[in-house]
This record gives sequence, C-alpha cells and structure tokens, in this order.
Amino acid sequence: MTDDILSFEEAMEKYDPVLGFEVHVELNTATKMFDPAPNAFGDEANTNITPVSLGLPGVLPVVNGKAVESAIKLGLALGCDIAPVSHFARKNYFYPDTPKNFQTSQFDEPIAENGSIDIELEDGTVFTIDIERAHMEEDAGKLTHKGGAAGRIQGADFSLVDYNRSGVPLIEIVTRPIVGAGERAPELARAYVAAIREIVKNLGISDARMERGNVRCDANVSLMPKGTTEFGTRSETKNVNSLRSVERAVRYEIQRHAAVLDAGEKVVQETRHWHEDTRSTTSGRPKSDADDYRYFPEPDLVPVVTDSEWIERLRAELPEPPAERRRRLKADWGFSDEEFRDVVNAGAMDAIEETIAAGAPASVARKWWMGEIARIAKEREVELTETGATAQTVLELNKLIEAKKINDKIARQVLGFVIDGEGEPAEIVEKRGLAVVSDDGALTSAIDDALAAMPDVADKIRAGKVQAAGAVVGQVMKATRGQADAGRVRELILEKLGVEG
Amino acid sequence: MNNILRLTAAEIAEKLTAGELTSVEVTQAFIDRIIATDGEALDAGDRAAGKSGVNAYLHLNAEEALTVAKTVDEDRAAGKELPALAGVPIAVKDLIVTKGQPTTAASRMLEGWMSPYDGTVTQKVREARMPMLGKTNLDEFAMGSTTEHSAFGVTRNPWSLDRTPGGSSGGTLAALAAFQAPLALGTDTGGSVRQPAAFTGTVGMKPTYGSISRYGVIAMASSLDQVGPCARTVLDTALLHEVVAGHDPKDSTSLQTPVGAFADAARAGAAEGGLKGLRVGVIKELSGEGFQPGVLTRFNESLELLKSAGAEIVEVSLPSVKEAIGAYYLIMSSEVSSNLAKYDGVRFGLRKLPEEGNVTIERVMGASRAAGFGAEAKRRIILGTYALSAGYYDAYYGSAQKVRTLIQRDYAKAFEVADVLVSPTAPTTAYKLGEKTKGDPMAMYMGDIATVPTNLAGVPSISLPGGLADEDGLPVGIQFTAPAHEDERLYRAGAGLEALLTEKWGGPLHEQMPDLETLIRDFNFEGAK
Amino acid sequence: MSAITSEQVAHLAMLAHIEMTEEELASMAAELDVIVDSVKSVSDAVSDDIPATSHPIPLQNVFREDVVGETLTAEEALSGAPDAEDGKFKVPAILDED
Repeated sequence: MTDDILSFEEAMEKYDPVLGFEVHVELNTATKMFDPAPNAFGDEANTNITPVSLGLPGVLPVVNGKAVESAIKLGLALGCDIAPVSHFARKNYFYPDTPKNFQTSQFDEPIAENGSIDIELEDGTVFTIDIERAHMEEDAGKLTHKGGAAGRIQGADFSLVDYNRSGVPLIEIVTRPIVGAGERAPELARAYVAAIREIVKNLGISDARMERGNVRCDANVSLMPKGTTEFGTRSETKNVNSLRSVERAVRYEIQRHAAVLDAGEKVVQETRHWHEDTRSTTSGRPKSDADDYRYFPEPDLVPVVTDSEWIERLRAELPEPPAERRRRLKADWGFSDEEFRDVVNAGAMDAIEETIAAGAPASVARKWWMGEIARIAKEREVELTETGATAQTVLELNKLIEAKKINDKIARQVLGFVIDGEGEPAEIVEKRGLAVVSDDGALTSAIDDALAAMPDVADKIRAGKVQAAGAVVGQVMKATRGQADAGRVRELILEKLGVEG
Repeated sequence: MNNILRLTAAEIAEKLTAGELTSVEVTQAFIDRIIATDGEALDAGDRAAGKSGVNAYLHLNAEEALTVAKTVDEDRAAGKELPALAGVPIAVKDLIVTKGQPTTAASRMLEGWMSPYDGTVTQKVREARMPMLGKTNLDEFAMGSTTEHSAFGVTRNPWSLDRTPGGSSGGTLAALAAFQAPLALGTDTGGSVRQPAAFTGTVGMKPTYGSISRYGVIAMASSLDQVGPCARTVLDTALLHEVVAGHDPKDSTSLQTPVGAFADAARAGAAEGGLKGLRVGVIKELSGEGFQPGVLTRFNESLELLKSAGAEIVEVSLPSVKEAIGAYYLIMSSEVSSNLAKYDGVRFGLRKLPEEGNVTIERVMGASRAAGFGAEAKRRIILGTYALSAGYYDAYYGSAQKVRTLIQRDYAKAFEVADVLVSPTAPTTAYKLGEKTKGDPMAMYMGDIATVPTNLAGVPSISLPGGLADEDGLPVGIQFTAPAHEDERLYRAGAGLEALLTEKWGGPLHEQMPDLETLIRDFNFEGAK
Repeated sequence: MSAITSEQVAHLAMLAHIEMTEEELASMAAELDVIVDSVKSVSDAVSDDIPATSHPIPLQNVFREDVVGETLTAEEALSGAPDAEDGKFKVPAILDED
C-alpha cells in the first residue's frame, strides 16, 4: 500500500471527492443522558458517577427530558422531521470505556431525520448539505494509556479508566454523502463543522468548545474518477477536533486516496487517525465482521412520542438561526461585505449588536470593537468580550467625544484605563482630569504665554501667514498636556491676532 | 419444630402488634431453623462427604436481621407507629442487590461482590422494617428451571431432597417450604417464582410487568423480568406485594398507576361466596397433552371446587402459545447476551488473566467471562448473540417480537369471555436432581410452557398449591392469570381456591410435608453410606 | 450433522468475548443446533403485517428532570474494582483501537 500522497491540484484534476460527516455534540445539560450524575468536565476521576453511569449490576437508565428537548431543537434547527415515535437501541460492542459493553443509542428510529443546512463559504458560495439523521446517545468514559510511548495506545503497558464522562448526553449528526464540492471540499468541511458548532452554541444546548471535545467530527472521504458517479471506498477519519484539523484532514485524505487510486491500488475501508503534529492520518482498524453491533430496541427504555403541540412549543423557543441573523444584521448596519466578514471573523458581532442596541451608531460600534478594543484584545491575547469592554463603555466614550469633553486620542487612553479596571469612562476622565480644556480663560492665558514666547511667529500670523498658527497650537497643546481642543485653540489664536481663519 | 415457624406472615404481624411475640423471637426462630436445616451446621468435611441440607440460602444475614428486629421491638414498645409488616422477617433472592450483604446472582462472576447501593425493593423492605434473613440461591443469573445452575451448589426440594425445587428462584421458594422464612422475594422471567412455587407447594406471584421496580434487580431479560412476592399463603403474598409495589422513577418501565388493594382482594376471595360469578377460562392448550396425569387430576379437582363455589368455567384457547417457548428463548437470550456484557472483569467482579499468550484487555475479558459464567449462561449468551447478529435478526428476534404480539392478542381474546385464566403451573411435579441438566437443553425449556406466555404478554399470574400428585406425592401448582393491571383478581381467585382446598385438606398443604429434619438426617445417613 | 458449525460459534464467542476451547465450540455448536431447530418455527408463525412488541406494557415519554442526584464517591465506585490506580480503574493494555 502506498504511503504517498498526490498534490491536491493533481488529485482535483483527476477525481471528485465525496464527503460525509458524523459530528458528535456533547450537550450542556446539568446531568447525564440516562442518570442524574453531574455532566461536568474536569472533576476528580470517578466522582461524577452514579451506579448507573458505572453500569453496576441491577441498574436501569432513565432518559433526561431536557436532553430530548435539546435533540428536538437541534433537529428543528437542522430542518429535520421530528419522529412521531422514536426508540432507543443498544449498540453492542466491548470496550473498557463503555461500562455496559453496549452504548445506548438510536438505530432505525432516530429522533430527527431528513434535514438540510446551507453552508456559506468565505467568498459567499453556498453549499446545501443534506442531513440524514440526528440521534441521541451517550458518551463513553475516558482512557489514559500508561507506559510505552507517551500516552499512546500502541505499546502501552496498561490503561486507566475514568467514567466521569460515561453517559454524558451526545447528539450525533450524520450527513448524507456530499458530492460536488470539488476543490472546495476541505474548506466546506471546515465550514460545515463551524456551522454545526455555531448552531448548537446559538441554541444554547452545548458549550460547543471543540478543545474540550464538546464537538467532535468523524470525516468520511472517498473519491470518484472525474466523470463517474459511483462512490469509491471511503475512509473514516476519527475525532478530528479542531476546525483547522477538519480542513487539513479532509485535504490530506483526498490526496492520499488519489495516490492510492493512481497507483492502481484499492482504498481500504477503515478508520484513520488524524495527527496534527505530522498533519497526516494513519491507519486505524479495518472494518471487520467484529463490527456486528447487534442493535436491538433498548428494553429498559420506552419510546419517545412527539406531537405537534410539543414540537411547536420547542420551535417557538428557537433563537434566530445564525445565518439569518447575519443577513439581517448586515443589512441593518449597512456594512460592506468585507466589513461584515471582518466583524464575523473577529467574533465581534454580538458585541456590536449590543452596542448598537444600547444607542450607538453602527459606524461607531464598529470603529471601537474592530479598532482599539480588537487591538488591545490581540495584544493581551484574550477574546474581545474578555477584555472587560462592554457596549456601555463604547457608548459612554462616544458620548464624551460628542460632547467634546475628550478627543479621540484621550478616548483611547480612557479605554485602556477601563480595561485595566479603573472604572467607567466618565469616572476615569473625571478622576484623572483628562477632560479637554475648553475653558477659554485658561486657554487664553496659555495662548498669551505661547505668543509671548514666539513673537516672530505672531508677527507672521498677523501678516496673514495663517499656516504659521500651527506652531502656536502645538505649543498650547503641549502646555495643556493635550487636553485642549486643538480646533478651538486655533480659533482663539487667530481671533486674538485679528486674522480671519 | 418451633410453632412460630408455622405462623403465616399475617399471623406474625398480628401477634407482634398484640405484643404476644417480639420480632427478635420470630427472627431468631427462623435463623435457628435455617441453621438446623439449610446446611450451615455442616463443615467442609460433611460437604465433601456429600452431606447437605436444603441449601436455600447463599448468605445468612443473622446479625443485621436481629438488629432490625430489635429496633422494631423497641419502637413498638415506645408506642411508635410502624408499617404493617414491621418485624416480619423476609428472605431475598440473591439477584436483588443489597448494601451490606453480598450479591452474587449465584455466579462466580460476582463472588464476593458487595453492592454500593440498594435496589428499590431492598429499600422498600428496609422502610417496611422487615428483617432480611439472607440471600437465597438461584440458577446463575436466574437462568435455569432447577437451581442446579447455581455456582454455589444445588438447592434441594424440602419435600424430597433428591428433587430440585425448580428455578430459577429455587432457593427462595425452598426457603418458604422449609419454614426458613415466612415471606420471600423472588424474580420471574419465564416462570421463575411460579414453577418453584408449584414444585415446593408454596405461592409465587408474577405481577403485571412494571408493578414492582426492577431497579437493583440484576437484569436477566429486561422486558420479561419482574420481581415476584412469595409466601406460603395467598394473603401473605398479597401483603408483601403491597409493600414492594409502586411507581419508581428509577425504572422507566415502572407502572404509574396506584398500587392495588391486594390483601383486601385476597380476603374477599377467601370469604363466603368470594368466587361467585367469577368467569374462569380453562386454557385448552395447557391442560391436556404433555401434562403428568397426577398434575391433571389435581387440576381438574380444583376446577370442580371452583365450579362448586359458584365460579363459571369456560374453555378458552391461546393458539399462539405453541410458539411461546421459541419466542421466549429468542427474546430472553437476546436480552441476556446484552445484559450480561457488563460482566467483563473491568469495573467489578471476577478478573481472570489468560493462561498463556498476551495479557490484553480483550483477552482478559474473554478469560474472565469464560471462567465466570457457567455452561447455561454461556449457552444463552451465545444463542442471543446469534439471534441478534446480522442476517438473523429479522428471522429470530424480529419474529419472536411478533409472536409476542400474537400471544397478547390471544390473551385479549380469552379475557373477553373470562375474568381469569387457569392452568397447571407446570406440566410435571419437581424434577429429580440431574434429570434436566444432561442432554437436550430443550427438555428443561419445555417445562416452562405454561409460565412463559404470561411474561411475554406482561400479564400477571400466580401459582398456588393444588395438592399432591398421586403418583409421586409431590406438590402440584395451579396457575391463575389475569389481564394486565388486574393483579387483584388473582388474589381474589387464588385466595378463594386456597380456602376451598384448605378446607378439603383439613389444613394447609404444608402440614402434609414430611418432617424436614428427619428427611435431612435420613438423606445424609444414606449419602454418607 | 450440525447445521451450526464450530466456526460460527467461534465467531459468536468472539463477539460475546467468551474464550472457548475447540471442544466447547463443538459441543456448543451441537446444542445450539438443537435449540435453533426448535425455535425457528417462530418465523413461520408470523407475517409482515404483524407489529413487533418490544415492551409488554406500552408506556411512552418517561423522562427525568435534569437535576443532579446522589453520586457515588470514588471510593465506592472503585470498591469492587479488580484493579485500580490513582482513583481510576486499571486495565491491561488495549489491543484494538477504537
């Protein structure tokens, strides 16, 4: 079997990729899917468990009603039909992270089926991805491999199991095969997972933190020679856990498949493992007859039966879909495509929306959030909203500028102080004495001093060389430590010297 | 034999309330009886020599039972209000998890395992302030009809020590027959309390599926399992059923309807005219061919008594019961194969390392399960794995689930003309030890023909003593079946027939039982020869 | 002659994670054959129009409130463990990958 890969360009000349995704979303319910153990990340091992999450003899599952409602909401957000009757099923396989040696999942009657979502790529191209199903299931425990190569399963001497995650509610979203993406396939893969993450976050049903495994993607890739329509053998790259990895893994698998096919070999149907360090996949387990999961209806659970009243109540609770919301906000704010994309990419949309709602003009909100706040956030390596700046901060800074209490430069300083936690803008301006010197009396005396110090410049101005006033303004600004309104200073100088501006 | 032992649970409760007895006295009497007749007094040498008692108990919980009894007596003396059966001791099948006592399911797999939690019925027993005498023997994970598939030795039938008590709740019902407990909890997946009740001349009830919580009952076949209240009389069974029944939010299949007035129904049935107008359907397919003559004689005698008491006897047909054994074994084994997957040597229970080759977790699981499970458990796991596997599911598991629908329809039709159905509980009296464990596994399975249909349909069913078969002098069971949620009818019909039979016999059937201590002495004398 | 082969049983035993010797496989094949032969009539007794019953007493929508309940301590959780280390269950090396 060749380990080579073809260049992406060459692969694209010869083949059409077919993609498919299974995305697992961990719900953020308070408790697990089938028992009242806390659904919490990062606690002491084997403490977030009940006898049920440990699969002790005699235990029985009971379905978390909130998790079911989350699944229905997600189904609706993905445009799925919600099953009138849906069953849980047991998927039987032995693995030490699976306490019962079966996973309680759904098989032939999932809660949601037949949906679709539109995925917009950065340049505005839209792909429609068909959703085959979304079903409820439970997560497994966590294995740590000890001995051998650091943390790897291969060559480990033994493994340790923590069942805190065992039973955490999952929804698995399965797409239908995606054809026609062509060279956009890697980009589409990333955009699809990003869209799912955004949807579940927007629904409030998941924390959607990929680095914590809240959203995990298995990516299926196969190739068809150009001009053919029969799907090739696919590989399934498991647990690709960042957006960047999804894009890279799909790209890599396309290149790898192309090389295998070019060498006249057959693609093996198998799971693959993505390695971010080498940016490549390695062979996992081939499909075998051990994958006979012997699904059957879970006898310890009863069916989930929905009616239109329940579904419509949940539909009414759905927030505006992210894509629709973006379209609406862009139109409302009057931003250009580019401006709006920058806002989205910077994660500033919510903050700007809030700032505008608080009364600031759209251009002002954008100026601050995309300008000085973004700069400080970047400098301090935090998210925009984690800077401590709020809609109220921006609003207040803008009011101070409009009232000519401060100028732009001072406003930026004030923002810095707000972020340092010194208080609200007006309070800081007051406390630090940063208000623009607008008292003409104070200015007049500073101007008199400056003119007295520069008699030749004063003469030039009197002679009509108005541009020379700049030097005096500079002197006055220096004397007032920048707190004067430069425009007003200029006016006063010219007035004093009896010159028309 | 201490006279306390012969009292019914209802009588014990009365005497405790009246201050004529203390719970400590009662509990101690049963503990003494267990020690005298169960084999606790035997040492390893005796056992090696083949000596044995009834061996109904796997664990004797004397200390805790006496502590509970003592606090009940103290609270009673202090005038505190107590639950109806407070102070009445009980035996619990070792398939029900109990904190503070081992729970083994009679399997090497769980030898020495202590549950960190109580099952719901265990909790209810504790709340009812009933001293738990101990954990009773069973076929491993309740899989079997003879209690010979226990990893910890066979239980013997107190009526005849060379016979099995039936199974899988053989220890539970043998303990009742041996006067080692007045009340007991078993479980019934395909007849597991009713058939041993029939074999030991006691009463075993399989309630409507969902009547009693399964939380903390080690699962055999989830859609068939049900906890079974057991006693020597129908009224006692009803009293216990009231203690342990009721909705449990920890069991998704638990019924949400209120608990019935079972004891009232039993009293009403036993009263004069209690059976008048009751329409009793005789199941055509379960009262003739393949049944031992002595069983049929006693059965027909009961029908005559029912008729004489004003019941209306009608014939009904359950044509699909001929497929019941097949459907039952497919569904049961499929669920078993999945329910028993958790026993893998990772989180609890037996871990065995492979004798040669690499020590990987897969091989440790394989070796642990090979060593931990007995032959019958393995047979059912493999059968269930087969029935669920790709390519066979529809023909086997799928078809069996459809047979289940047909059987439910048969019952629905029968209940259009009858209030309760009646048949013998089992085609024969108690098997000889070893009779069913060798050769054709279907021979044992076919003995469940009269009991498995009710588990498939989820309907309630009770077995009560119908007398002794003429040819072998062993007990015969009579089984009543009612529609789902109509458990009360069974207590009415059962107590009614029980009253008629007791009158006919001039006392309860167990008074005709040979003296157990003599039996054991003779048995061990012969066994030692 | 047994219609169910030792090889079939070996496959089932692999799925069920039960190690079996050749003799066990052979005798299990013979027993299974008898059982399967006795139960296979169920598929002839039914037709497509009959619905399957998986729950004897039909219930639906049994849900739990999303409220945290009583949990086990790590000590209780590990009390029955054949082997443990650092508050976790310890298992020998895992051969297969997920």
